[in-house]
Amino acid sequence: MTLASQRSSILPDRITTPTLRTFLRSVPSVDDVGAEERVASLSTRSIKRESKMDALNLIIRMIDLTTLEGQDTAGKVAQMSAKAIRPDPLDAEIPSTAAVCVYPNMVKYAVQATEGTTVKVASVATYFPSGLADTDLKVEETSRVVTEGADEVDMVIDRGAFLSGEYFKVFDEIRRVKDACGDAHLKVILETGELGNLDNVRRASMLAMAAGGDFIKTSTGKIQPAATLPVTLIMLEAIRDFYEATGVMVGMKPAGGIRTSKDAIKYLVVLNETLGTEWMTPDWFRFGASSLLNDVLMQIRWLKTGRYWSSDYFTKD
Amino acid sequence: MSEAAEIAKSSSAPLQWEYASSTEATDILELESRYGLFIDGEFVKPKSRRYFETINPATEEPIAEVAEAGAADVDAAVAAARKAHTEVWGPMPGSERAKHIFRIARMIQERSRELAVLETIDGGKPIKEARDVDLPLVAAHFFYYAGWADKLDYAFPGIRPESLGVAGQVIPWNFPMMMLAWKVAPALAAGNTVVLKPAETTPLTALLLGQIAAEAGLPPGVLNVVTGAGETGAAVVAHDDIDKVAFTGSTAVGKMIQAQLQGTKKKLTLELGGKAAHIIFEDAPLDQAIEGVINGIFFNQGHVCCAGSRLLVQENIHDRFVDKLKKRLSTLRVGDPLDKNTDVGAINSRAQLNKITELVEAGRSEGAEMYQPECALPERGFFFRPTLFTNVAQSHRIAQEEIFGPVLSILSFRTPEEAVEKANNTPYGLSAGVWTSKGSRILWMADQLKAGVVWANTYNKFDPASPFGGYKESGFGREGGRHGLLPYMKWSEG
Repeated sequence: MTLASQRSSILPDRITTPTLRTFLRSVPSVDDVGAEERVASLSTRSIKRESKMDALNLIIRMIDLTTLEGQDTAGKVAQMSAKAIRPDPLDAEIPSTAAVCVYPNMVKYAVQATEGTTVKVASVATYFPSGLADTDLKVEETSRVVTEGADEVDMVIDRGAFLSGEYFKVFDEIRRVKDACGDAHLKVILETGELGNLDNVRRASMLAMAAGGDFIKTSTGKIQPAATLPVTLIMLEAIRDFYEATGVMVGMKPAGGIRTSKDAIKYLVVLNETLGTEWMTPDWFRFGASSLLNDVLMQIRWLKTGRYWSSDYFTKD
Repeated sequence: MSEAAEIAKSSSAPLQWEYASSTEATDILELESRYGLFIDGEFVKPKSRRYFETINPATEEPIAEVAEAGAADVDAAVAAARKAHTEVWGPMPGSERAKHIFRIARMIQERSRELAVLETIDGGKPIKEARDVDLPLVAAHFFYYAGWADKLDYAFPGIRPESLGVAGQVIPWNFPMMMLAWKVAPALAAGNTVVLKPAETTPLTALLLGQIAAEAGLPPGVLNVVTGAGETGAAVVAHDDIDKVAFTGSTAVGKMIQAQLQGTKKKLTLELGGKAAHIIFEDAPLDQAIEGVINGIFFNQGHVCCAGSRLLVQENIHDRFVDKLKKRLSTLRVGDPLDKNTDVGAINSRAQLNKITELVEAGRSEGAEMYQPECALPERGFFFRPTLFTNVAQSHRIAQEEIFGPVLSILSFRTPEEAVEKANNTPYGLSAGVWTSKGSRILWMADQLKAGVVWANTYNKFDPASPFGGYKESGFGREGGRHGLLPYMKWSEG
């Protein structure tokens, strides 16, 4: 059985907006208070010494180091890529980040800068961040970034269509973008800050996975709130349900607003206790972040030397 | 393979992430090797000259020796309480009593870490719970009732309340500090003095509270702590000069007390056992319901009178729900209660462990299907694996008797009516839980269930302002809230 047919095995035979609506209604509801209590209780996990060091190194390997600014330049992308490859010039033991994440126009510079390294190039696409464009244009943009060498594509869903119940439009767009990705990995951004409630987060997660997303991702980073622990918990639970129903593993990427090691470790705890060890790898979990990296480097330096170093000792690229 | 490819390969190996143990330091505690009785504002040697050991159930190591109060000691405690009530505490204006109780509440907050560590060492509960649940609620309870002390005249319109006199209070080992707070705080606020008998396996935090009360300047005799086992408790209950008995514990002992007090003027409240139904409908928020069920039965190792020990799942989601529950069980961390990451700690005593083991054996031999996750238990100490039983019938002992341990019996139902019938088909009636997305059904269920507390889409939620207590053999009288004052008052009209 192909992956695609495994994925669609949970879907109705004929995929239309009404059948998709029925499918999404079968997704368990979410109690917001309970979800928040669960993450609050996991947030009291006490992570010490060696397990903290393991976590910090893993967090770096999971980072999609990101710049998504209107003022981005080729130079800025090259500098950030250098940081992604060798995050700490003073410490060769520090691993590279998983990827750099840039706008479509910057893909070629990122590809150049990361050539010959393990750092992958992720490009946002589909008229990020609003996604308000014709599907054809989105597909075309996706093909272009893949042709230019992007290994991963971060698309946005059409929130307007989802919220107004046009589930087929959302589904079909993801499916077509996935086709355009070819071998590139597709991350589907739900923009949970615009979905209104956790029930919608869970439903959108199922729709995105069934349509072909290799990863589901919380946010563009342009809308507040971006990633939160309760939203991430609900998406991880959707991933677990999807895996149990289809046997297909899907990755998770919280993005936006995760700035400290302490926060990132809480995400790892929620991941570890919701999906388990199999997902504890950059293949299945990423952080979309920029300032997080330096905080992790500072924590590692502290663990190694026993003292805090000023932020002047860490490069800002 | 190129170097880069090799790195790429190694980078995708998942991290087996074990949390290093993170043990709460115990050096904050300054324990004596031997404790006397706290009578009339000071620690005194027992006239009985007898002492008993209290041990740490997680290690089986002795912690301290504690006095065993005999009849003469109980006499002395009651006499001190009577004198304090007549001369000091009874006549004292409510606003002054409030100051004393507020001071105790603040000192509990200041010393909450110390109290939490001691609660964990003496009782076996995870430090996470003692720290985040027990102690905050204990302080909140004292604060709440301190606020009532000068407002008693307005608590019940048309009633002029008076204190009763001396309250004899006997509390259990599952929430030593919290049960103390539930009893002592309203009694003191209403102007009574107290003779408290903590459980024999967990006497230490009550003694520390005696110390705190003395340091806080509570007048001597207002709070007295007499430690000991069942005999001591019986002496307190039977004492002629006690005006009010409050007991929390087993239904069997509660019945004995009620029989004993028949024909006396003593007022009585009982908070006894439970066998709560936790009801999951098909439209429930399933993952949150799983957490609720876990919290309902494994919180405090299931040593909870209102534990959701009978799970009723609608039949069309039964298998799926049980599956999820089993998976969730395997992520529970069972072990050293002092480790901040421990979810399920030690069983309180060997006797309790034996009782749990015996009932679980009964469940197996009666034909229910048992499931326990693979998890290593510490070699020493009293521990029991989180346990589920499926295929349970109403007539099985594990569906009828209170196990008071981390053991969940699972039954299924088809209609809401059947759920109600099964839920109410027990001599107990302390609490119940309902999980559904349908608001109207929550209200209907709450109306039908014969239980003192019905939680909807949550479980084990407590607040000092909310009354708590049982129906049927779960006892009578309410603790908490305005209702919690009534058992400690007498009144005249107008």
